[in-house]
Amino acid sequence: MRPAVARAMPALPAIVMAVASHVAFAATASDAGDWPMAAHDYASTRFSPLADVTAANAATLKLAFTFSTGVVRGHEAAPLVVGNTMFIVTPYPNVVYALDLSQPGAPMRWRFEPKPEAFAQGVACCDVVNRGLAYDDGKVFLNTLDNQTIAIDAANGRELWRYRMGDIRAGETRTMAPLVVKGRVLIGNSGGEYGVRGWLIALDAQKGKELWRAYSTGPDREVLIGSDYKPFYAKERGSDLGVKTWPADAWKIGGGTVWGWISYDPELDLVYYGTANPGPWNAEQRPGDNKFTSGLFARDLATGQARWFYQLSPHDEFDYDAVNENVLIDLQVAGKPRKVLVHPDRNGYVYVIDRATGEVVSATPFVQVNTSTGVDLATGELRYAPGKHQRTGTVVRDICPAAPGGKDWQPSAYSPRTQLLYLPHQNLCQDQEAMQTGYIAGTPYVGAIVKMKPGPGGHRGRVTAWDPAAAKARWTIDEDLPVWSGALATAGDLVFYGTMEGWFKAVDAKSGRLVWQFKTGSGIVGQPIAYRGPDGKQYIAVLSGVGGWAGAVVAGDLDTRDGSAAGGFANVMGDLKQRTTKGGMLYVFALP
Amino acid sequence: MSSRFLDRALVLAVASVGALTSSGCEREARDFLPPKPGAEVGHAASAAASAAAIASAAAMVGRYEHNAHAVSAGKRLWTWYNCSGCHANGGGGSGPALMDDVWIYGGDAGTIYLTIANGRPNGMPAFGSRIPKDQIWQLAAYVRSLAGLASADAAPNRDDAFLTRTPESFSDSQKPETVKPSAATGRPQ
Repeated sequence: MRPAVARAMPALPAIVMAVASHVAFAATASDAGDWPMAAHDYASTRFSPLADVTAANAATLKLAFTFSTGVVRGHEAAPLVVGNTMFIVTPYPNVVYALDLSQPGAPMRWRFEPKPEAFAQGVACCDVVNRGLAYDDGKVFLNTLDNQTIAIDAANGRELWRYRMGDIRAGETRTMAPLVVKGRVLIGNSGGEYGVRGWLIALDAQKGKELWRAYSTGPDREVLIGSDYKPFYAKERGSDLGVKTWPADAWKIGGGTVWGWISYDPELDLVYYGTANPGPWNAEQRPGDNKFTSGLFARDLATGQARWFYQLSPHDEFDYDAVNENVLIDLQVAGKPRKVLVHPDRNGYVYVIDRATGEVVSATPFVQVNTSTGVDLATGELRYAPGKHQRTGTVVRDICPAAPGGKDWQPSAYSPRTQLLYLPHQNLCQDQEAMQTGYIAGTPYVGAIVKMKPGPGGHRGRVTAWDPAAAKARWTIDEDLPVWSGALATAGDLVFYGTMEGWFKAVDAKSGRLVWQFKTGSGIVGQPIAYRGPDGKQYIAVLSGVGGWAGAVVAGDLDTRDGSAAGGFANVMGDLKQRTTKGGMLYVFALP
Repeated sequence: MSSRFLDRALVLAVASVGALTSSGCEREARDFLPPKPGAEVGHAASAAASAAAIASAAAMVGRYEHNAHAVSAGKRLWTWYNCSGCHANGGGGSGPALMDDVWIYGGDAGTIYLTIANGRPNGMPAFGSRIPKDQIWQLAAYVRSLAGLASADAAPNRDDAFLTRTPESFSDSQKPETVKPSAATGRPQ
């Protein structure tokens, strides 16, 4: 494969026009400098076209302003910027702030408190995070931990509608960032560790009415599989596979939640997203492929009907959710341009998939993988390594990658200038014992004891600049702690990311050379963004505030003397309490 | 075995428990009768009722957390009822750590009983309608053993499954706390 000029942001012009035509207060800034959704654009590039800050001048970046969120759990969200307003959302209790960027110090324009039910905190598997808001057509869309989606008037913070779906008492929560496309708000649920049945729902952005609902398990009519469904591989074909690939009724509590990222291709009019792990983790309790968990769906935006599905980790045994981002780019493959999606998966492979058909073009490990030996491109089958199979009551050691995968939710960024995908990720392995477990509604449905440990080399984190055309890493930066923040790439050929001890870093996109860093008050697990302020300057913003699964030992005051705490993360994060403390603060930087 | 034989065995066992308890050997006692009325903590909603219940709970301490069988039964129930799902093996997860010295709602046996039976508003489910009171006491005793608050000689010292922490019998002993608001978590009482 040889790289062509990648069209990284096919959707951006449409967004920009919508913003410009409907929002008076947004009209003062250049729309190209906005950041209207967590992933920046429908292609999920997290690439800012702003080029004022470069490797040559980044060393002079200075703090422009800060804002305390008043919450001290893990801040995983991306700030949004539309015109002269910045919108930020906190972890539970999911407070939304609108900051006026046209005033010195960015004072608060309004605040919205959804008051989610406190009980939701106890059923959020991996800290009480929220991964971001969405903006469209004068409205801000908020997901709350207690299963609500709320539309807010961006001008004044007034609630427009509220949609409820899901029961915290059955372990269901909502942590993902919505995606709004053509007046449809796409949302998914969390709770794969609680026997929750996954779904993706489209809501009418004007009224909050449900337009369609696509489950990840169950009969075809509920998964929205019909005559349009044309998966590339034979293994994905059949009727009611969402029922037949499970023991009786196990699909009803089988997971496959949709808590990650959604992308959209306006030309193919398809929505792309991944489904989470099957439940329980003890795979002996659910013989079969457990469709449609741990795989990727392409669906028609208007109807929700599935176009194709590809299961990355059939009958998953290691918590390899497939919910990570799908970055939509064009690649030259064997001399021909192909529309692909690039998906760095928990199972340790970067997949390049033809996004029109679902054919796997390449699947290449980006971390040490010993749970499988490769992907058969002819059949699409992941070849599991027999030595790591789970048996109830048996400890299997040195499973790589660990349950959070080669890379978890933390989104990568793609630069069309360097044609590299910048992956923030971890380098972890684990020991695991599968245990018999019973389903008790509202409590975890896992059946595994896990203890994680550092992967080869001893460093727990890494940033990898991945060349999807050549299917290999161009450079890497080893970090001692897992890199649990998102990445940002800019047209100034810089890549920004944060560390769990609080360093916010800018590196040269071509070489990985560190050009600037700033120590924030708490560990960074948020998603950095770039925007152009009303004054015409380029700004870089990030939320600091350690937490998430990797940071739960600090955010949740867990006791790391028990290695199985935080789903086994405690075993490998014992030093985090000495290296950072809780916080919740927005940091914004600019050139002098 | 005939039911008559079982009855006799039960009588004998109860009698021997009585003898052992009176001689102070609570660690080895086996008790096959449910807790006496009056010694129970009710599923009390009011603060006054809770306070009374907690006071009466002191009577239950010897019966459960000084008793090796009760604590070890609590350890098995810990997994069966999925306490471990949220609290891991004491270090916590979606639920708080229970092997440390911070008690959001109180670490005395009676308060722990109430927490298990009635649930708590920040995500602790109520188990009172699902499991027998006797088992709730066993769980409460095991929870205290996680933090080194049960008798060291009654606390378990090995795991049937993958060991993730030092055994409960080696947990650091701590002073029992009635109520210690957690400034660290900021969670409301």
